[in-house]
Amino acid sequence: MTNENSQFAIELVDVEKTFGSQKVLDRVNLPIVEGKTTVIVGGSGQGKSVILKHMLGLMKPDRGEVRIFGRDLARLNKKELYQVRRDYGVLFQNVALFDSMTVFDNVALPLRERTKLSEAEIRDQVEEKLVLMDLEGSAGKYPAQISGGMQKRVGLARALALNPKIVFFDEPTTGLDVHKSNEIYRLFHATQQRLKYTAVIVSHDVPKIFKLADYVGLMAGGRPQGCMPPEEFQRSDNPLIRQFVQVTMGSIYSSETEETDYRETV
Amino acid sequence: MAFTKPFRKLGDHSLKVFENVGRSGIFLVDCLISTIKPPFPLHPVIRQLYFIGSRSGFVILFTGLFTGMVLGLQGYYTLTKFGSTGMLGSAVALSLIRELGPVLTALMVIGRAGSAICAGLGIMRNSEQIDALECMAIDPIKYLIAPKFVAGVIALPLLTFIFDLIGIIGGYLVGVTLFGVNEGTYFQGMYSSVHWLDIKMGIIKSLAFGLLIIWITSTKGYFLHLESKGGFGAEGVSRTTTDAVVISSVSILVWDYLITALMI
Repeated sequence: MTNENSQFAIELVDVEKTFGSQKVLDRVNLPIVEGKTTVIVGGSGQGKSVILKHMLGLMKPDRGEVRIFGRDLARLNKKELYQVRRDYGVLFQNVALFDSMTVFDNVALPLRERTKLSEAEIRDQVEEKLVLMDLEGSAGKYPAQISGGMQKRVGLARALALNPKIVFFDEPTTGLDVHKSNEIYRLFHATQQRLKYTAVIVSHDVPKIFKLADYVGLMAGGRPQGCMPPEEFQRSDNPLIRQFVQVTMGSIYSSETEETDYRETV
Repeated sequence: MAFTKPFRKLGDHSLKVFENVGRSGIFLVDCLISTIKPPFPLHPVIRQLYFIGSRSGFVILFTGLFTGMVLGLQGYYTLTKFGSTGMLGSAVALSLIRELGPVLTALMVIGRAGSAICAGLGIMRNSEQIDALECMAIDPIKYLIAPKFVAGVIALPLLTFIFDLIGIIGGYLVGVTLFGVNEGTYFQGMYSSVHWLDIKMGIIKSLAFGLLIIWITSTKGYFLHLESKGGFGAEGVSRTTTDAVVISSVSILVWDYLITALMI
């Protein structure tokens, strides 16, 4: 089934996935609006990364459909799936850089394998991307020789190398300090303004990530609890969302109970 | 119910075995199709030829020399009992060309390159590098595995040829130089007893072994995440690599017997 005019870049329809006896995704319905940033938040083990892997076509649902620009991924053959993935850019949680290649070669790889550009044109494009990511001096280094923040920036440069229509970010700031997280967000914002891609971000970084989001969905109980603008999300009546907002955005010290316990135990 | 438990376990185990065999078979077909499907980038194949072939050169030279020398030694000792040391050349050459050359070369390549192929792919699987290739619409089988298959099938016969040649020189050193077997007899015996069928058997074996080594070690590494004992972390990679080396070594010996039985 194709629907080229769909306003949704991605649409999950009644998606179910079970591992052993654990149902990780339970009739998930999630639309990702084209050109916007959708953030999926939630506790660990709630299936956020599993959702992402379904969107990437790395996992197949037990039931339901994952539609990319209206095309159901499960019905595509290998060639058609690669055709769909030509519009993808992915920043993995652990970056997944090719550790035996230099930074330059990592960013150049998609250009070398997927385009017919000459080596000189590839060099120009890679250098442009590296400048955009403040990585000019690191082109000849290997991933193991650069910091975690720089690795993320190389991953972002690689993800954006072919100007994708949809970019997926799996925990883009995990393991980074505040300064470097902000740097990644700044780069994300700048590149999205420029390239106008649809972004899907799986993140723990609440509330900061809300500033970048057009829509926020909470993964809890095997399905997204709403997918709404961040302001609406923070005011939602849904008890699961309320609880999540309180836990992640409430005050850190609910002092009275804690201090009472403290006094009692001491 | 308790009495059905062994049957259930047997059923589970059988299903897993069939699943693994099926997956490996489909993987082999995918790899072979990718190998013959254009484009044919030359650079990755040359890189793999260097890794599998060229870098195995020294170990092949060393093993071949000593295998030939020990064959010369044992052959001379045995043939002296029958007064037919003139047969030493043909004994050394036939043993090497038909059997020891292809088998020992394959075992050396498994130890040096096969283990590295499995571990390398396993680490790439664990660190999501293979997923990253998929997501970049780059077929990991075409990009990573196909060049290894081509290089393996080219490198094994060439390495076997070197092994045989050096082995014959090793036999010469012991038989002719050390024990004084007549040089002309050594080579004449070889010339008259080694036929095209013997050489053909050696070539077919080395081609088959090349395919087998790359198939088994690549399959184990590529599907590391599906290992029944868990393929996670350094321990998973090391265990899977050990399995790959053991399985491919045993398979070489089994296939050696089968090919010999078919061609003899």
